[in-house]
Amino acid sequence: MALYVLKRLLAAIPTLLLVAASVFFLMRLIPGDPALLVLGDAATPEAIADLRASMGLDRTLPVQFALWLSQLLGGDLGFSITSGEAVGPLILDRFGVTAAIVLAAVAIAVLLAVPAGMLAAWKQGSWGDIAAVSLATLLLSIPSFWLGLILLLVFGLKLGWVPVVGYVTFAENPWAALHYILLPIATLALVEIGVLIRMARASTIEVLRLDYIAHARAKGVPESRVLLRHAFPNAFAPTLTLVGLVLGNLLGGIAVIETVFTLPGLGRLLVDAIFARDYPVIQGVMLFIALVYVSVNLAVDLLYPVFDPRVAAE
Amino acid sequence: MSVLEVAALRIAAGMREVVRDLSFTVAEGETLALVGESGSGKSATARAVIGLLPPGLRQSGGRIAFAGQGLSALSPARLRALRGPGMGMVFQEPMTSLNPAQRIGAQMEEGLALHRTLDARSRRQACIAMLERVGITDPERRLQAFPHEFSGGMRQRIMLASVMLLRPRLLIADEPTTALDTLTQAEVLSLMKELAREQGSAILLITHDLGLVARHADRALVMQAGQAVEEGAAAPLLAAPRQPYTQALVAALPRRGPSRALPQAAPLIEARDLSVAYPGRGGWFRRAAPMQAVQGVSLSIHPGEVVALVGGSGSGKTTLGRAMLRLLPASGGSLLFRGQDVTASTGPALLDFRLACQIVFQDPYSSLDPRMRVRDIVAEPLRLPAGMPIPERQRRAEAMLAEVGLGGLGDRYPHALSGGQRQRVAIARALVRNPAFVVADEAVSALDATVRKQVIALLRDQQRKRGFACLFVTHDLGVVEEIADRVVVMQSGRIVEEGPRDQVLDAPAHDYTRALLDASLRLPATA
Repeated sequence: MALYVLKRLLAAIPTLLLVAASVFFLMRLIPGDPALLVLGDAATPEAIADLRASMGLDRTLPVQFALWLSQLLGGDLGFSITSGEAVGPLILDRFGVTAAIVLAAVAIAVLLAVPAGMLAAWKQGSWGDIAAVSLATLLLSIPSFWLGLILLLVFGLKLGWVPVVGYVTFAENPWAALHYILLPIATLALVEIGVLIRMARASTIEVLRLDYIAHARAKGVPESRVLLRHAFPNAFAPTLTLVGLVLGNLLGGIAVIETVFTLPGLGRLLVDAIFARDYPVIQGVMLFIALVYVSVNLAVDLLYPVFDPRVAAE
Repeated sequence: MSVLEVAALRIAAGMREVVRDLSFTVAEGETLALVGESGSGKSATARAVIGLLPPGLRQSGGRIAFAGQGLSALSPARLRALRGPGMGMVFQEPMTSLNPAQRIGAQMEEGLALHRTLDARSRRQACIAMLERVGITDPERRLQAFPHEFSGGMRQRIMLASVMLLRPRLLIADEPTTALDTLTQAEVLSLMKELAREQGSAILLITHDLGLVARHADRALVMQAGQAVEEGAAAPLLAAPRQPYTQALVAALPRRGPSRALPQAAPLIEARDLSVAYPGRGGWFRRAAPMQAVQGVSLSIHPGEVVALVGGSGSGKTTLGRAMLRLLPASGGSLLFRGQDVTASTGPALLDFRLACQIVFQDPYSSLDPRMRVRDIVAEPLRLPAGMPIPERQRRAEAMLAEVGLGGLGDRYPHALSGGQRQRVAIARALVRNPAFVVADEAVSALDATVRKQVIALLRDQQRKRGFACLFVTHDLGVVEEIADRVVVMQSGRIVEEGPRDQVLDAPAHDYTRALLDASLRLPATA
């Protein structure tokens, strides 16, 4: 098991290298000079050249890349051009905000959507099923930023239950922090519920048709047990794959939602860094996102055999 | 006293009735066979009896009574109490009838826990004893295994064990062995009969296989299009069927064709010491040993000869068939076609070989491109060698389709054809180039008896007319009777017996051949 995890992580190294290289070179294709952006239009050419030299931007691209890679191997992601902060701690700090929201939202979505989808499948064609499918379709067709804005309008402005702008960390004041992240979590959870209801329903319908369900019923097994013990593990396996993909995707930053709710998350960090041509931050964030993706998928693969023993981890 | 009474049963799929006015009874300890072809409503009847009609089907009339108690009057809880100890059901497909996410032990124990007041230890003991009874070795360890760790035959035994553990008064067996190979089929069926006799269970056997009825049923009820056609004691019914439909079913049973004297000629195609290995599963640092599917087989087929290649699942017969067309690479030995070594030929030599050889696959649902019209499917082999104008190709395809009895259907897509018609398309595609050699890989196994009979007749007539050599890969000895000149028996990747058809079938020399013959469900000689 441990050996398998190690192998999988080693196998991720080429992926990460590829990401590192493509991010590095693609960023340099985008026009714009960080030194110019830092110093502004009024700067003298000498000042700009000095700054470029101190950033290492005056060397050839391959040399810059080699330098960055060797830094990286030493565990150093460099410093932000704009704020001067160390990139590593900066990413972890911002990731905390994103992760709190995403993990809570996905957990809520799974807990609500999977039972709902399974019950809808069990009573396929009933009013409850139609209601669940309609709700899912509705949630899927609403853009998340619009939903976020409406929630802010209702619960923030009209009702005044939660603050509209800003962020407080859990370390400062847990109760207040909860208020700040409540709406983003709700927004994200609602969107994902739509996807997950559909997935859970579809895979449950598939499973309920199979002979082993009929076999269980033919043994006199009560319906609750048929659903829980026989349908659920088999129907949940494909949903788990989807949850993994969704998690990987969202943990990489939810820029739109972070923007709507003015949260200092990973997505905002990346967007701001791109506008500022803050190369070290961009590269660091992209690498980190790739690493998150690989880890989440590995976690899903490790969890999968629990639900489908045919897929052994090795 | 009858265990099961079905009176005027009607089952509807939407507005269409799939079972009409069906009445029968099953007496205590008796085996009644519901016989019919696909679409006759026999499986729907079985599902209705246990109250588990699939979505889309509903009982629209009639009465089903178990031990005198009408089922429709029972509450869901009383019905559940009946399922298991009252009626048990064995399903057709052993690959999907056990829950893949649950250990065997848990699945077997579930019924006991629901219906019997036993502590965990006695439940476990009962499961172990039952597994032992159905011939699973090392049952204690096997309780911890998942279904995918067993072969199809083993799973069907486990299924049987799990159902018989509750000692049901009525066992419903829906095509219980259709998915298994001949030898396993016979073993599982005998086991089922034995267990039922020991426990005094009656059996409602759903099947399309008359041989199975002759051997295992007390009474038979023949169904066609949702209605009963004929009913009676099994042996007399099959020996002297009264209704035309039953007569047609019995007539569709394989009969031995006349043996032919073939002119001596040089072999058309010849495998010399041919081996085929599947590469072992690759690991990161080492590779598992390759699996030897065919081990040093020598086989020559003469022009115009029909050779049946017989064996159980895993015997390597399909692999050999494909290797002789070079659809699989040989790992050793050589392949000669018209005296030329084609084992490794490429370019024009390989093209010549390919153009002279064709194949008909087992599954007519996946071997035809669903997006091509039937005429285009049949015309496609004529694109090589280039040069034949399109209208000519289309004309020949139409003529070929007419010859296989599908004249005028060239514009259809495969999904608009029945299984038998699709297999005719596959045959037309294989024959349109007038090949010298055709491999038919279980080409009729997926078809109903009457359709199978027709498709075999078509293949035989075409073979006599066109004179191609044919390697007929099959596990069904009935097909061998009908069509083969020579029989080759394979076991574990090797040829164990080979000879003229009559000699092999009448005086088998090898134990494995004898076992295959014993297991093949042929009607008694009186039929």
